[in-house]
Amino acid sequence: MSRFPLYIFLLIPLSAAITLILLQGRAVAQRWVSVSSAALLSATGFLLIETVRASGPVILDAGGWAAPVGIRLQADMLSAMMVTITGIVGFCGALHAIAEVPANEERRGFHAFYQFLLFGVCGAFLTNDIFNLYVWFEVMLLSSFVLIALGGKKAQTEGAVKYVVLNIVASLIFLLGAGMIYATFGTLNFTDIGERIARGEGSQVGTRLSAVFLLLAFSAKAGVFPLYAWLPSSYHTPGHTISAVFAGLLTKVGIYALIRTFTTAFQSEQDFIFPLLLWVSLFTMVTGVLGAASQFHTRRILSFHIISQIGYMTLGLALGTEGALMATIFYVIHHILVKTNLFFAAAAIDRTGGGEDLNHTGGLYRSAPWLAGLFLVSALSLGGIPPLSGFWAKLALIKETLGMGAWIAAGIALAVGLLTLFSMTKIWSEAFWKDRPEDTAPARALHWGHVVPMIILATATLILTFYPTYLLELSQIAARQLFIPARL
Amino acid sequence: MEFFLIGLVAIGVGTVIWPYVAKTSAPWAGWLSAVAPAAIFLWLLTQAGPIAKGEIPSWSGQWVPQLNVALSFRLDGLGLLLSLLISGIGFLILIYGGAYLKGSPHAVPFFVYIQLFMLAMLGVASSGHLLVLFIFWELTSLASYLLIGLSHSELKARKAALRALFVTGAGGLALMAGILLLGLAGGSFDLHILQQNGDAVRNSPLYPAIFVLVIFGTFTKSAQVPFHFWLPDAMAAPTPVSAYLHSATMVKAGIFLLAKLFPVLGGTAVWHDTLTLTGAATMLLGAVLALAQTDLKRLLAYSTMSALGTLVMLLGIGTELAVTAAMLFLVVHALYKAPLFMIAGVVDKAAGTRDITQLDGLGCQMPFLAGAAALAAFSMSGIPPFIGFIGKELLYEAEINAGGYAVLVTCLGFAANAINVTVALKVGISPFRHRGRLREINPKARNLTLLIGPILLAVAGTIVGIFPAILGDGLIHAAVRDVTRHEPHVHLKLWHGFNWVLALSAVTVAVGVILYIFRDTVRALARVAVHCFPATASEMFDATLAAIIRLSASITRWIQHGNLRLYVAVVLVCLCGLVIAALASTPWTLAVPGSAVRLVPMGIALLIVVSGITAIQSHSTVMAVLAMGGVGLGVALLFAFFGAPDLALTQLLVEILTLVLCALVFRQLPAIRAISSASERNIDLILSAVAGAAVTIALLAVRSAPALDSGRVSADMAAKSLPEANGMNVVNVILVDFRALDTLGEIAVLAIAGMGVAALLLGSGRRDLRAELAIATPLFRTSVTWLTPLLLFMSVVLLFRGHNEPGGGFTGGLLAASALLLKRLAESDRPLHGNRTPLLLIAGGLSAAAISAVPALFFQKTFMSGFWLEGSVWLPFVGKTKFGTPFLFDVGVYFVVIGVCLLILTRLLRTEEPRKVRVA
Repeated sequence: MSRFPLYIFLLIPLSAAITLILLQGRAVAQRWVSVSSAALLSATGFLLIETVRASGPVILDAGGWAAPVGIRLQADMLSAMMVTITGIVGFCGALHAIAEVPANEERRGFHAFYQFLLFGVCGAFLTNDIFNLYVWFEVMLLSSFVLIALGGKKAQTEGAVKYVVLNIVASLIFLLGAGMIYATFGTLNFTDIGERIARGEGSQVGTRLSAVFLLLAFSAKAGVFPLYAWLPSSYHTPGHTISAVFAGLLTKVGIYALIRTFTTAFQSEQDFIFPLLLWVSLFTMVTGVLGAASQFHTRRILSFHIISQIGYMTLGLALGTEGALMATIFYVIHHILVKTNLFFAAAAIDRTGGGEDLNHTGGLYRSAPWLAGLFLVSALSLGGIPPLSGFWAKLALIKETLGMGAWIAAGIALAVGLLTLFSMTKIWSEAFWKDRPEDTAPARALHWGHVVPMIILATATLILTFYPTYLLELSQIAARQLFIPARL
Repeated sequence: MEFFLIGLVAIGVGTVIWPYVAKTSAPWAGWLSAVAPAAIFLWLLTQAGPIAKGEIPSWSGQWVPQLNVALSFRLDGLGLLLSLLISGIGFLILIYGGAYLKGSPHAVPFFVYIQLFMLAMLGVASSGHLLVLFIFWELTSLASYLLIGLSHSELKARKAALRALFVTGAGGLALMAGILLLGLAGGSFDLHILQQNGDAVRNSPLYPAIFVLVIFGTFTKSAQVPFHFWLPDAMAAPTPVSAYLHSATMVKAGIFLLAKLFPVLGGTAVWHDTLTLTGAATMLLGAVLALAQTDLKRLLAYSTMSALGTLVMLLGIGTELAVTAAMLFLVVHALYKAPLFMIAGVVDKAAGTRDITQLDGLGCQMPFLAGAAALAAFSMSGIPPFIGFIGKELLYEAEINAGGYAVLVTCLGFAANAINVTVALKVGISPFRHRGRLREINPKARNLTLLIGPILLAVAGTIVGIFPAILGDGLIHAAVRDVTRHEPHVHLKLWHGFNWVLALSAVTVAVGVILYIFRDTVRALARVAVHCFPATASEMFDATLAAIIRLSASITRWIQHGNLRLYVAVVLVCLCGLVIAALASTPWTLAVPGSAVRLVPMGIALLIVVSGITAIQSHSTVMAVLAMGGVGLGVALLFAFFGAPDLALTQLLVEILTLVLCALVFRQLPAIRAISSASERNIDLILSAVAGAAVTIALLAVRSAPALDSGRVSADMAAKSLPEANGMNVVNVILVDFRALDTLGEIAVLAIAGMGVAALLLGSGRRDLRAELAIATPLFRTSVTWLTPLLLFMSVVLLFRGHNEPGGGFTGGLLAASALLLKRLAESDRPLHGNRTPLLLIAGGLSAAAISAVPALFFQKTFMSGFWLEGSVWLPFVGKTKFGTPFLFDVGVYFVVIGVCLLILTRLLRTEEPRKVRVA
């Protein structure tokens, strides 16, 4: 076990949030505090990754109380990767916010809420304690709710209400599950739960019931069929920056929680949970992609695609092998980069192409060829076109699926890939190739803040394209660590 | 091999920097881009000898070891043959394209995509690793999509591009699965190893699946029936694209892969039957459909389809003769089809139409073009001494010796070949014949650069026809050897003597000429035949796609209906289902704990239930809020009864504050309206009762299970609280020390909530609500003046003693907030402050909590560790108190709670002008 000041990932966004409250009304200063905080997060994240790679998982018992009495922060490779990607997406989002977030939202405290969101996400990725995880989910839920509704438009309020109601129901189920865990095992620490199960402590019925409650809660947070209704109801309504960051990060916290729960703690319940999760994954893929095929609005299409891709990630978990888990982890990171960038592209299309309704956009291929290029990199990657990062993700997953003889799953995953590509070409064909319709709203100029984050994320995607080995190696380490029963 | 790979990299670099190059060196752009393929072509020629002798150039390196993907390249005879076509024709196409697209807005994207395509295609030809081959394979589909859509303003082009991408993309995905299975069955993705493990693959239980998937992938790419329709539509692309991708190279990728995998998958009955019959059907259908066309490019496209069918059929027959015929025909076809396409492009440019019924008389104005066209057309017709003749001879020989299918394939082949002659005459001769009128020629077409490609290729077709050994003994033999894995002994000759095959050739040409003479009648007949089908394959594809979209729209409407009530219902149904599944799969018992069935808790439970029902039934918001307060009170009483005074106190204060705040908010809302029908409410009632029962049973089942003997964390906490954390009140020690991190998160939640309420309550906020409430009576004011300091004092006492006795920052903060709330309400004559003070309290409180975590770090202790001052202080009303960082943390909590309550209150008291608010 190596030493690393894990608390830094909590202190950076928290102190940024406090500073931002105090800086209220001074927008320029706020923007740069927000950007620096996220930049610092991602840089520290890479240091953490290297530390974990060199000398294994890092732990920190908050308050000096040895787990399970106190709350343990623990960063294995998966946590380290997730925190780092949070920093990267947070950084890009903070830059994008400079260009995109209107002054009235900044006055209402946008940047502070944004940092609180990062605070919650980082906490969720680092904690090794089920109730503490619940707290971080609360932090995320409340800040994300405010961020969705901040613009005050009717659609935003409607979306936000659906978002918050369904998520609170899920949180309630989570809390019930956490309570059952404590009643059954007398502990809240993930690793400790796993150890106690391995030692034969805790009743069978308590174990199973806690497992299903957590499965339901995290599946809803991840946006899994049939619990994803909150996502397409809300993700297209907030400001573009928020859509993009949510699209990248939030559902992944649910995925992360599913992975954490069913490897570190409830490995024993895999035989019961995973067959169910496998079918759920397939339905998620299919219904998500069909939803996307039926839409004609950029962000709605992209939102449904999140769901569809979530299905791939849970499929990898449900297969239950180390290789499949590696694929899932690689998939998660790839998807965060690509999806965020596609939402950034949607923002640029909205501004320069005349809106989000594909019927009323067009002509961008000629007027903004660079945007076409950036969009294409992410869109084709999402569609799994080789050799872009999405191809490696899909290859790793399908290879494992076929290797296990899960023919139906492999077939569905491949067919869904084709429909994914189809919806991407829909945006491409309408917004870029098609001539600009007469009734299109006039183009508005793009700010550098719209462009720079897209270039950063596209570069990251291209690095994963030609040099996937780095991320695959990290994913492999992460998967291996999750498969070795950890010691408290 | 390095030379070849550097060439590939050069093309790749060219793709990336092209937009810049095109700007700076526009007139030479085409020539410049042709350098790399020309160099590759020449290098390939130098390798022909060694490869024929079996010295295979190869290169390999690591790429993605985790997924067994190695960058391996291996240029065997088959690869060499295809690479020569790609680089040689590619070189000419780039020159041709530069001239053809001069001044067009599509010129830059054309060069970008065509170079990308060339790179991908050379990659396909030279890959030694199946997954690397697949990557290049998909890149060709992508480049094809972008190239077909070059004229992107036209809906037709966009549709055609999508069709091509969809069909080849679907094939690609199948191929990917096939390759992965092939890797499983054959133990490697390395083509060389796989080719030697053919028997293992053929005997594997996976073989049928592999076969179907690979065949699907290759058939879509090579436009076999019924996936052929994208190819004629792809003619929406500019002519250089059609000439290169859709006649000479990309469509051959499928054939190439079939040939490459022949040693692995071939030789089985299913291979033989499937390929022969599909190939023959495609060959015939392509030919017949060609007869019905009048557009030059579509005519050529259908004849290409026919040729692709021929190639697949030959690989299906699979004898050495057939394979030789296939390899030769691969070259022959490229040598006449590419120039004919290029010529069609020039004709189109010159005359402004591609309709063959409108075209004539170009010959005397463009003699060189006419000459090249004639050479290519003769080769296509299979007239000696052109290479097409040798190709056709060999083809007939292979068909006649095709075993079981000999009669069928010979007849079909005869028909297709005869039609081929007709097509050749229509494309290569008819537009140039002089029929007595001179037409205007677009001067743009009189560009000599446009002629280089067609002339060179047509002449090459003639030369290799006269000296077939140039091709035969080196290139073709090497390629055939790679397919059949035997040393070939068929030699190419122009003259085979008088035999049946020669007679058949002669009759073919005669029939073709006759068909040409009666072309109008034949076209009419072919059209009738075509119309026998209810819809073209393209139409069926479009209809299918539209059906998928309709289906997805209705499924989505069904799932994503927008009704929040039903969304929640789905979650509850899932919850019930999962609880049932869990309980059905484990042993469990149900025992109600004795402590719960006593009178007092049952009474409290009754209070909660009755209050809850009242809240639901009430039509008045105030009543509903009061009833919810009753629920909260009941919970507080339960806490108190089961020995948790801290929780009870906090809950009580929270309830009171909530009540007041809700009263302020709901004053402005209209009465509750029923927005669901009675039956819906009944269903909801049943569902929530069932879900509640499920949760209750689940909780009881967990509680009824044998309890843990030891090891509960709570026991540890109780034991450590006083000696190690200096606090007698375990609840508070948990909040500010053991699990202070939770509390840190929770006060962040509070801060977000407070600031969120302030941010989301929009509007002017200029009206002071206190005037209307009219509660600031003199009595109220007087009592508040002495009550406020008292409450504030009590709150401070609660804060200080919290570590040892019931109290703490949370409770204290709530009490202080209530005091300040009363003060604000009473001081209705003093203006309300802005958000500044509450925000400072929140920020200050959060900072205090965060800072309390830091001192430990300076003393080599863990983050958030308690750091205590020596000794203790006696305080009035509080007793002996120790001070340490956990206390500072609690102070932070105290201020955050006050700040949040004040923020919300201030905002609620400053409302906007009343307006109709609708309850959604």
